[in-house]
Amino acid sequence: MSPHLVLRVVSKLLIPLIVIFGLYVHFHGDYSPGGGFQAGVIVAAAVILYALIFGVDSAKQAVPTWFVKFLAAFGVLLYGGTGVATLVLGANFLDYDVLHPDLAHHSGQHIGIILVELGVLSTVFAVMMAIFYAFAGRAPDIPEGEW
Amino acid sequence: MIEILAERFNFIIVIILMMTGLYAVVATGNLVKRLVGLSLFQTSVFFLYITIGKVFGGQPPILPEYSEGHGGGDTYGGDVVAASDYATDAAASSVSHADAGHYAAEAIYSNPLPHVLILTAIVVGVATLSVGLALVVRIRETYGTIEDEAINQADYAIDSARRNT
Amino acid sequence: MEFLASLLPASLVTHAPAIIVVTPLMMAAVAAIMPNGRLGWGVTLISTMVSALLAIAIIVDVQTGGVVSYAMGGWAPPAGIEFRIDGLNAVLLLVIASLGLLSVIYALPSVADEIEKSRQSLFYSAFLVCFAGLIGVAITGDAFNMFVFLEISSISTYVLVGMGAERDRRALTAAYNYLILGTIGATFFVIGVGFLYMATGTLNMADMSSRLPDLSDSRVVQAAFAFIIVGLGLKAAMFPLHLWLPNAYAYAPNFVTSFLASTATKVAFYTLVRFLFDVFWPEAPFVEVSFLWVFAILGIIGMIVASVQAVFQDDARRLLAFSSVGQVGYMMLGLGMGTAAGVSASMLHLVNHAMMKGALFMALGAFAIRFGVRRISDLNGFSRSMPFTSVAFTIGGLSLVGVPMTVGFWSKWYLGVAALENGWWWAVVALILSSLIALTYVARMLAAIWVAEPHHDRTGAIAHARAPWLMLAPMWILAIANIWFFFQPEFLISMANAAAEAAFSGGAR
Repeated sequence: MSPHLVLRVVSKLLIPLIVIFGLYVHFHGDYSPGGGFQAGVIVAAAVILYALIFGVDSAKQAVPTWFVKFLAAFGVLLYGGTGVATLVLGANFLDYDVLHPDLAHHSGQHIGIILVELGVLSTVFAVMMAIFYAFAGRAPDIPEGEW
Repeated sequence: MIEILAERFNFIIVIILMMTGLYAVVATGNLVKRLVGLSLFQTSVFFLYITIGKVFGGQPPILPEYSEGHGGGDTYGGDVVAASDYATDAAASSVSHADAGHYAAEAIYSNPLPHVLILTAIVVGVATLSVGLALVVRIRETYGTIEDEAINQADYAIDSARRNT
Repeated sequence: MEFLASLLPASLVTHAPAIIVVTPLMMAAVAAIMPNGRLGWGVTLISTMVSALLAIAIIVDVQTGGVVSYAMGGWAPPAGIEFRIDGLNAVLLLVIASLGLLSVIYALPSVADEIEKSRQSLFYSAFLVCFAGLIGVAITGDAFNMFVFLEISSISTYVLVGMGAERDRRALTAAYNYLILGTIGATFFVIGVGFLYMATGTLNMADMSSRLPDLSDSRVVQAAFAFIIVGLGLKAAMFPLHLWLPNAYAYAPNFVTSFLASTATKVAFYTLVRFLFDVFWPEAPFVEVSFLWVFAILGIIGMIVASVQAVFQDDARRLLAFSSVGQVGYMMLGLGMGTAAGVSASMLHLVNHAMMKGALFMALGAFAIRFGVRRISDLNGFSRSMPFTSVAFTIGGLSLVGVPMTVGFWSKWYLGVAALENGWWWAVVALILSSLIALTYVARMLAAIWVAEPHHDRTGAIAHARAPWLMLAPMWILAIANIWFFFQPEFLISMANAAAEAAFSGGAR
């Protein structure tokens, strides 16, 4: 029996719940405290928990480094792209009203906010993972006996 | 004296944290402890913003045609009257651009702006801390120590050796 | 300049304030995923060129039309974030955009030499973030937005300075100390902005400037003023808050130093002018007291002490870094006069110093790429090995001293005239004294280059090399600009005067 059995079983139950909670915080950013940054950090915490229990190498197989790099750039481009889309549609930068013709219910605002917050979620998640991989991936120079 | 303590409790905490953080930055030679002090210093600023942004009896700043109308108002030990007046002004002006109709005039909304400012400042603080820690990791790998004095000694030794050649 | 501006379609020009910041930011994301350094450099060059063109368009717009105001997200100020360009930031926009473009042209050989291959595209990405942040500080009209952009540019600067560790490991501690001090400065600034928000209820700078005169007895406003000038003074390297600058400039990669020396402290100085004259009004009692007792006195002490420290330096870049602190002292002196003439002279010196230091640091980088120069004694006899670069360096050095025939003369002249108009004869004495000290350290370097015996290699021959074209061209553009603008100073002087006027009349919508 592995000495970390309790940790492994509990984390296998918890990690999907943490990710779902992160998504909940993200989508409810319009109506309650929340939004892209908080959600990104929560989802990153889930993956970091996985890395702590099962090892950085398994985490790197689940969320590889090239994916992290791509996601970071993708989030920035999504946010900027939403702004450029509003420019192309004729209004000021990041004026979400033009994204959807329904002005009575401000649908454009909802769409715009969801898109930019998605961008923020991707970038924050990717950056947190990149920071963790950069720190955790370095070989420890403290010999085993001196811990 | 006790009244001042009770009324301005939040601000006193802000000052204590700020001075503790600054003292930690100045007084320690350990690079990581210095970053911890910096973090503490920045956290005190977040408290300052939260404190001045409190609106008593404020509801979530969502127009009632979209929400069910939640109850608002929290009790709070301190008294930040002047700030809440100005904060209410700012809250009222920030909803005026929407088609508020007569809803906005009756309800007191809490001010979302200081919270957004704090969120931005937190992100900035996280970024600064991560760059700082990355630098400390590189310094540890290069010099083998994270104490200020030892690093200066190492550089001075190399510099004087270079100057003597 | 109008011709270049007319090349752009009108629809692009109306949205120029947004595009000029967004393009470098988005291209930074693109540059980060580029597989090799050359592609990263290409992306950087394209986005810097776009920003430079848009900057010219905005400046032409300001000169003809007055204030350019752009509401982000369609939300009207003062509730929304506004990008506001008037005569004061037009000067800064010109400096950042043009020096950014010249530095990027200079960058390809320099970065290829100094930074490891696998990290070059990430390095360019960090540079683009820094560039976007600096432009953002220059054009925003919202106080908290200014803090955000200031921190964006500063954090990427810490990274850029730290990248010098591949050549000299002291870059790591230099970057760390810069991080600690810079973050403390920015946090003081944000505390000040928080106090101003408490007092006025708004974050828009133009709106603040119309509400603040009624609140002049409020202790909150006075505390805000104190926090803001200390925070911004730290970023601007005002004496005695300059301790981060010499090490950061000395050990960073050459491209980074030539870009930062021309732009980073200037941007912080601009924010200081903006807050002192535009947001706070100069007749306020607590502001007026600070002019003489804080800015003028600290400016003069900085001028003299930093120049004296520069004389004793061994490392060529550290010497120029101390000289930069001295030059910031000149600008603070001009600020401390509190008159339009003083501010105009400071802004003129801002532009001139960017040109001078840009040329000097670029020349040092060219010396370093060919011969690995660090100390002044390494510079011996370079006039024979690298003649073009040496002449450019000489022009920059003479401009630093303020010799007639170079543009540095005009900035010292106007500073002296403004000081005499104020009746500050002791300031003129200090100006002359620090110019003499500057002459000492510049002469030291020029003597090493032109007079001293060059290092011979084993066969007794003197090594010859020419710096790469991409490095020579921007260096010479700046060196020629130093001489040209001596004979045709009207353009710079009119911009500086417009800047001072905008600062004093500020708040007008």
